[in-house]
Amino acid sequence: MTTSIERVSAAPLGQADIDREMAELRRTADAAGNGAPAPLHPSRDYPPYRSSVLRHPKQPLVVVRDPEAVELTGPVFGVTDVTDLDSDLTRQHVGEPLGERITVTGRVLDRQGRPVRGQLVEIWQANASGRYAHQRDQHPAPLDPNFTGVGRCLTDDEGRYHFTTIKPGPYPWRNHLNAWRPAHIHFSLFGTAFTQRLVTQMYFPGDPLFSFDPIYQSITDERARERLIATYDHDQSSPEWSLGYRWDIVLDGPAATWIEEGRS
Amino acid sequence: MTAPTPSQTVGPFYGYALPFPGGGDVAPAGHPDTITVHGYVYDGAGQPIPDSLLEFWQAGPDGSTAGAPGSLRRDPVTGAVLGRNGVDFTGFGRVPTDADGHYALRTLPPGTPGYLSVCVFARGLLHHLFTRIYLPESAEDQLLASLEPRRRATLIARPERDRVYRFDIRVQGGPEEETVFLDFG
Ligand SMILES: [Fe+2]
Repeated sequence: MTTSIERVSAAPLGQADIDREMAELRRTADAAGNGAPAPLHPSRDYPPYRSSVLRHPKQPLVVVRDPEAVELTGPVFGVTDVTDLDSDLTRQHVGEPLGERITVTGRVLDRQGRPVRGQLVEIWQANASGRYAHQRDQHPAPLDPNFTGVGRCLTDDEGRYHFTTIKPGPYPWRNHLNAWRPAHIHFSLFGTAFTQRLVTQMYFPGDPLFSFDPIYQSITDERARERLIATYDHDQSSPEWSLGYRWDIVLDGPAATWIEEGRS
Repeated sequence: MTAPTPSQTVGPFYGYALPFPGGGDVAPAGHPDTITVHGYVYDGAGQPIPDSLLEFWQAGPDGSTAGAPGSLRRDPVTGAVLGRNGVDFTGFGRVPTDADGHYALRTLPPGTPGYLSVCVFARGLLHHLFTRIYLPESAEDQLLASLEPRRRATLIARPERDRVYRFDIRVQGGPEEETVFLDFG
């Protein structure tokens, strides 16, 4: 038998509860900042993103400063690992996907501003209706038989990548009641060193869902958050064909010049 | 220095994008020195994590970290995944945990330095984590020497039988349970 008290305590958290938690954590971060450099990445411990609660370490990370570390080198990829069609997500099926055709391009750089050449960039995303071609995605929005939403390419000599795709839709999730993710494309990147590895998400300018999303807001510094937002670039738009977005990516991690010498 | 692009979680839906067939078969096909390293990934409540993705990078048996392309080789005609060519040792593996939170990697024992570097991604993890798998026969290095025994033990794989090692990853726990994770600054 369910009493009314149980029903109250079992009620899922709403957006207002999450908003309160996020505001509180932003205040804490600002106070802690006070002259100190703002954190560049999300805190792994960010309770408004409920799934992080049991999935972040509680012990301090151990600092490694070993110039011989294997992690200062990294996997290599080549022309056998990608095909030309992999970077055009609108041409992987018989027909054309529904949605707003876009191109996304930019450069992958290290923290010294040097291009990351010949490295693998992988992306995945929802379709225009906000549905992933993934069995676990239960959002009752239509699948698109002409869109899978997976792409990859290698960066060129200037560190440039380029994808043609459609603009993904926002989608609901079950973090709290009425939780919606802003539209985003997932990106996976490699540098010359394994320590430069990055998995992140690219967002679109002006999305009204930014302030409600605990994953985006887990980056407490506003300027850092804005580094995840692509720029609409009219010069990248193609007449009567597609809209262009530009997004440069800077890989963190110790830059190892000696590796580049050995490799390039 | 330019500010880096922040990390975001890999989320729940990477499964049809990042894993690739043979991702855990780093050892060239049929190589007699092949070892298996396997285990579970656990959360802070001791529950297995079925939606995590592990990446492995290591030196070859000769200690070389040059690596080789061809981990996710594809057919330029059909675009289908061909898998590794069975000859080259690329040094790179990628394995999603299964519905039980289990993973398995078949590889060659690394030369010196004798560890496998591991990068952990998961739904719920906002920024990936690095750790290392040392085989019991690895020489003690700078990192192992710097750790107190109960923390060091979390980085050493346990021999199960000939050429099979067990290595669990506990993303959260007390000092005797939680895996040592690394910060390369
Ligand atoms: Fe997503």
